[in-house]
Amino acid sequence: MTFEDWYRQDRLPHIYCAGCGNGTIINCTLAAVDSMGWKKEETVFVSGIGCSSRAPGYILTDSLHTTHGRALAFATGVKMAKPDLHVVVFTGDGDLAAIGGNHFIHACRRNIDLTVVCMNNQIYGMTGGQGSPTTPLKCLSSTTPYGCAEPPFDLCELATAAGANYVARWTSYHVKELEKAVKVGLETPGFSFIEALVQCPTAFGRRNKFRQVADHVEYLKTHSLLRAKRDRLLGEGQPLPEDMFVVGELTKRNRPAMGVKR
Amino acid sequence: MTRTEFWQGNTACAEGALAAGCNFFGGYPITPSTEIAEHMAVKLPKKGGVFIQMEDEIASMASIIGASWTGARAMTATSGPGFSLMMENIGFAAMTETPCVVVNVQRGGPSTGQPTMSAQGDMMQVRFGSHGDYAIIALCPATVQEMYELTAKAFNLADQYRVPVFLMADETVGHMREKILIPDTVGRVGRKPFVPGTPPFRAADPDLIPGFPTFGTGEHVHVTGLTHDERGYPCATNPKLHMALVKRLIDKIENARDKMADYDIVNPDAEQVFVAYGGPVRTVMQVMHDTKDSNVGFLRIRTVWPFPEKALAKFRNAKRFLVPEMNFGQIAREIERHVRVPVQSIPKLGGELHSPAELVAALEEKP
Repeated sequence: MTFEDWYRQDRLPHIYCAGCGNGTIINCTLAAVDSMGWKKEETVFVSGIGCSSRAPGYILTDSLHTTHGRALAFATGVKMAKPDLHVVVFTGDGDLAAIGGNHFIHACRRNIDLTVVCMNNQIYGMTGGQGSPTTPLKCLSSTTPYGCAEPPFDLCELATAAGANYVARWTSYHVKELEKAVKVGLETPGFSFIEALVQCPTAFGRRNKFRQVADHVEYLKTHSLLRAKRDRLLGEGQPLPEDMFVVGELTKRNRPAMGVKR
Repeated sequence: MTRTEFWQGNTACAEGALAAGCNFFGGYPITPSTEIAEHMAVKLPKKGGVFIQMEDEIASMASIIGASWTGARAMTATSGPGFSLMMENIGFAAMTETPCVVVNVQRGGPSTGQPTMSAQGDMMQVRFGSHGDYAIIALCPATVQEMYELTAKAFNLADQYRVPVFLMADETVGHMREKILIPDTVGRVGRKPFVPGTPPFRAADPDLIPGFPTFGTGEHVHVTGLTHDERGYPCATNPKLHMALVKRLIDKIENARDKMADYDIVNPDAEQVFVAYGGPVRTVMQVMHDTKDSNVGFLRIRTVWPFPEKALAKFRNAKRFLVPEMNFGQIAREIERHVRVPVQSIPKLGGELHSPAELVAALEEKP
């Protein structure tokens, strides 16, 4: 099989806007799932509400498209009731970090055996471009018309602090790295969190000087600071570039996990 | 061979669930329902089931829905504030036709209200609390025995009708202790088997209930809270499809109203008729015991939703229905919709049951 065999062909075309990065993330995730050799009937995709959460509807497995923010709580029920199932959660920054923030930290704390792929477009795309908990300072959105005044969450630091076994961040530019990170996440017992920064030309890009999709992807590429480089800078006592974000494998450990196949 | 126990209502509820094969409990502590979670926390792991304390009631409700799709008999228990938090996911369970059991040991509201006192203030919320139109089933126990029996029954109804079923207890019944007879076995009615390869949300039978395609069996079912077609695919802007789907969700419950009706009738020829469910049943029973007047009737309801309206018509000579409730007449107003004689609500708030004297006074009062 290839990742394409996991798509629910009769549901295509999808609802994503032209230039959206979500498809890239879904492809990477499905490629990683496919490489695990799992059967479709033993794999379940769960999501909440938002653009990212529409993904399970395009995948030919059992899937739960649930309420806003609650995907992890539903997934916890699925996984605890039937640990034999592989459970992958698609979510977004609003779904996971705003309305679902409590479920996020508790799923990390339990270190429950789920793999969570968060498509972070730094905006509420489905509702037309409102500020989210990851909208960067000073960025424009329909609810931050004078520039975002609130500092954003670092989702990976949050997941690490709360107890996740595996945490990585990549972007829609880094497809190979992302696929590999998702695969490591799928292989790791316990809670795996993979954040994928994605361009959203419709709701974020057009308000924030990324009118061309390629410009935003280029930005994601050039503003990624590899974890190894960050560590080197820190080791040398040098300051980290303020406008860059760290990418790479950020946490990998072996805390006791819940819901692991018996 | 039955055995006798002296149990608290909440213990009986948990034991009734276990007897019915409940194998997943997701919950959050809240007075006065906590003993149910505590009992399940002790018992479920020993029976190979799963107990998980979730981070809040929203997550509790979500977890039992997730568990249910893997085929589990899943349950949660809560009280007013937690029940309010569950509302959105209760609507999701109704929309996705997910069998599950929710126990609400009612306490005084609104808001934090009276955590340790009894009430029946959530009887309309259970029917209409989530947004949009839908239908559910709600059972009301009046004794510790019924805490056991109706909990077990709730699992059967949930599986049979693919709907969330509510045990609407109250603090009085949840915390009292009394004698209970435990049967050796509890009858089980499971989910309608799924015909492999058919659209997962097609309801081909006259009962309007689709078979259940359990996760992990290769049916690749997509479950969404969006308006969906019979394949389960989102179809949220099709007016006819939405109308048909919501109508079916309601009809599959409401059409079975008579089948689900569960009530007792005393003195059907009476002119003055008490109607009660839950805790107040106990006071009416005392009044019925004390009075020798065959002109006083009693309708004791166990299945409150869907409301068993035909039971009211059995009292052919009724001149007045008297409805003691621990709320301001939530079900009295439902009764008014079905009868042409006066309905007298006898509300009591504050956390105590009506006294027999209060009901006798209402009986003797001229309408």
